[in-house]
Amino acid sequence: MSVERREARQPWILLSPAMAAITLLLFVPLIFIVVYSFWLRTATGADQAGFYLNNWNEALTDPFYRDILLNTLKIAAITTIVCALMGYPAAYFIARSRGNKAILLLLLMLPFWISYIIRTMSWINILGVSGAVNSILIWLGIIDEPLQMLYNETTVILGLVHFLLPFMILNVFVSLDGIDETLEDAANSLGATKWQGFLEVTLPLSLPGLAAGGLLCFVLGAGTYITPLVLGGSTDAMFANLVFEAIITQLNWPLGSALSLMLLAVLGALVLIYNRYLGMAQLMKGLG
Amino acid sequence: MDNTRRYERLLERYMNGDLDRRKFLGLIGAAGLAYGVQTPFAKQALAATEQVRFDGWGGVVSEAFRKYAFDPYTEKTGIAVVDGTFGGGDEYLSRVKASQPGEYNIAHLSGVFDYARYAGLDLASELNEDNIPNLQYVIPKLVDVFRGVTGGKLSCVPYDYGTTGLAYNRKHISDEEMKEKGAKILIDEKYKGKIGGWSDWRTRMWYAALQTGQDPNNATDVDAMWDAVRKHRDLALKYWTSGAELMSLLAEEEIYVTEGWSGRIYALQEQGHDIGYMDPPNGFGWQECLFVIKGSPMEACEELLNFMLAPETSIAVAEGQNYPPALDPTKVDLGDKIPTLPAFDPTGTLSGLTFANPDYWNGHEAEWSKMFGRVQKGY
Repeated sequence: MSVERREARQPWILLSPAMAAITLLLFVPLIFIVVYSFWLRTATGADQAGFYLNNWNEALTDPFYRDILLNTLKIAAITTIVCALMGYPAAYFIARSRGNKAILLLLLMLPFWISYIIRTMSWINILGVSGAVNSILIWLGIIDEPLQMLYNETTVILGLVHFLLPFMILNVFVSLDGIDETLEDAANSLGATKWQGFLEVTLPLSLPGLAAGGLLCFVLGAGTYITPLVLGGSTDAMFANLVFEAIITQLNWPLGSALSLMLLAVLGALVLIYNRYLGMAQLMKGLG
Repeated sequence: MDNTRRYERLLERYMNGDLDRRKFLGLIGAAGLAYGVQTPFAKQALAATEQVRFDGWGGVVSEAFRKYAFDPYTEKTGIAVVDGTFGGGDEYLSRVKASQPGEYNIAHLSGVFDYARYAGLDLASELNEDNIPNLQYVIPKLVDVFRGVTGGKLSCVPYDYGTTGLAYNRKHISDEEMKEKGAKILIDEKYKGKIGGWSDWRTRMWYAALQTGQDPNNATDVDAMWDAVRKHRDLALKYWTSGAELMSLLAEEEIYVTEGWSGRIYALQEQGHDIGYMDPPNGFGWQECLFVIKGSPMEACEELLNFMLAPETSIAVAEGQNYPPALDPTKVDLGDKIPTLPAFDPTGTLSGLTFANPDYWNGHEAEWSKMFGRVQKGY
């Protein structure tokens, strides 16, 4: 075998374990889900194999699913914007800090050491009727009766921001850390103020990081079901909750499959749009 | 049944004069011979079953099972009991459906309707009742209902029963007000934002039937029931999804009134919370069973069921989980605590409780569970 041929083969040999894992753990289950989406649920809960379009017809034409999907996208968008507004200054501070950058990054990663569900449930002890905030307000004499702060859309967004903020900060940090600081000095030396230097130089250069963080926050936020389940009220369900209910509560795996593919298609389209205009390289840097 | 108990029963028959001495000694000799012959093979057979998986409701219920049943069973047989938990029967059924045969073995199912659903999905095993002699202590009515679903055979043993009644915070709602309003307090505007409810379509529809003055097992005005479900949804703070969440919401005073599981509410009362409990007329009664799923190691499961039904184990578990055991109080002395538990029936007839008709409820399952998913979200 020639050296060129051997060299051409090497990447494929090295990639083969990962590709086999992705095929077995992602593509094969996905094919199962696609097949399932064309089956039917019988009255007893058993599945009826075949090729039926009933589930797709229901998922695509029923306004119930459309409304919940739009509400999910709205909540994910608000969460992403809040994460961007809160995450950018934090990432800027870490990127420009001297000496203690590693400690700050470690602090940023600390929440990941605690289960996401536990972190979400911690808000009950903070915002609950007998939680920390109400107790302090009553102790200070500001209120007489505890405020009802939990189980609404705001607390769902709060829980999502709590969960997703580190993803935004990390992506923006990676982007900011790669910008040559002397560029801002050059802008200042040419007469720009600090603020103008930031707006005209740093911000545009860090936008790919912001976009990558935004994409991650949006996709993860739109796909969550734990946060609305724990912190949401009766009417604060998101689309993933519908998938959960169809599969777990109603034992309707075919409809649940169609709904999950619908969500996958919407979020996949967003990733494709992102890739078309910004490329995936920045996202990989942020994840790395 | 273990050999000691077999010997004790034989001895009892001999002492009662049912067996003469020659026959008694002959049976003891035959038993010794049989034991000697089968022991080497029995060891091999038992070695094949190293563990049995048990899934239940978690919380204080699981703790009671672990302490009073599983650990002593493992100590005695060498077979480990792996216990898992679930938040509801629907969720668990989905997991079983996705599993391989034998992966899940025994489930603590609630209601005959669940039993019927499992049987309908061809998940029912067939128990050898000869291996479960403690079944004789169980209230006959509870056993017969299950037999009716599976053609006279059993796939489970009844284990306990309870009710889903009304739980309320006495600091904010008096006993008199509860008696006066009954199930309708869950749709009382006065308590808007302080009402809770289980996110289970059956419970929602059962209470909607009560709120609209209908028979929960034969309601005719379904539209009125959905209106009641919607009204409750609009007034409720949130739907709870587990017993732990129910207890937390009541204990933290996030809600003042909800329907709740009798044993969990009793546990709250034991903890010192001033929570009242009331079963309204036609309140939701249910009987739980230990269901053996098809493909499980039957002998090991039957041995565990028999062990769990032994009066001393069953009573200890019942006292731990606060639900009356399925043991017949006319046959077994249930001690001091069990007669004080909510829903306890000293007659053993359970005539005061209303159970869900499995045919009626399973007949509406597909339609109503889906509809509730929508109503729950504001539709």
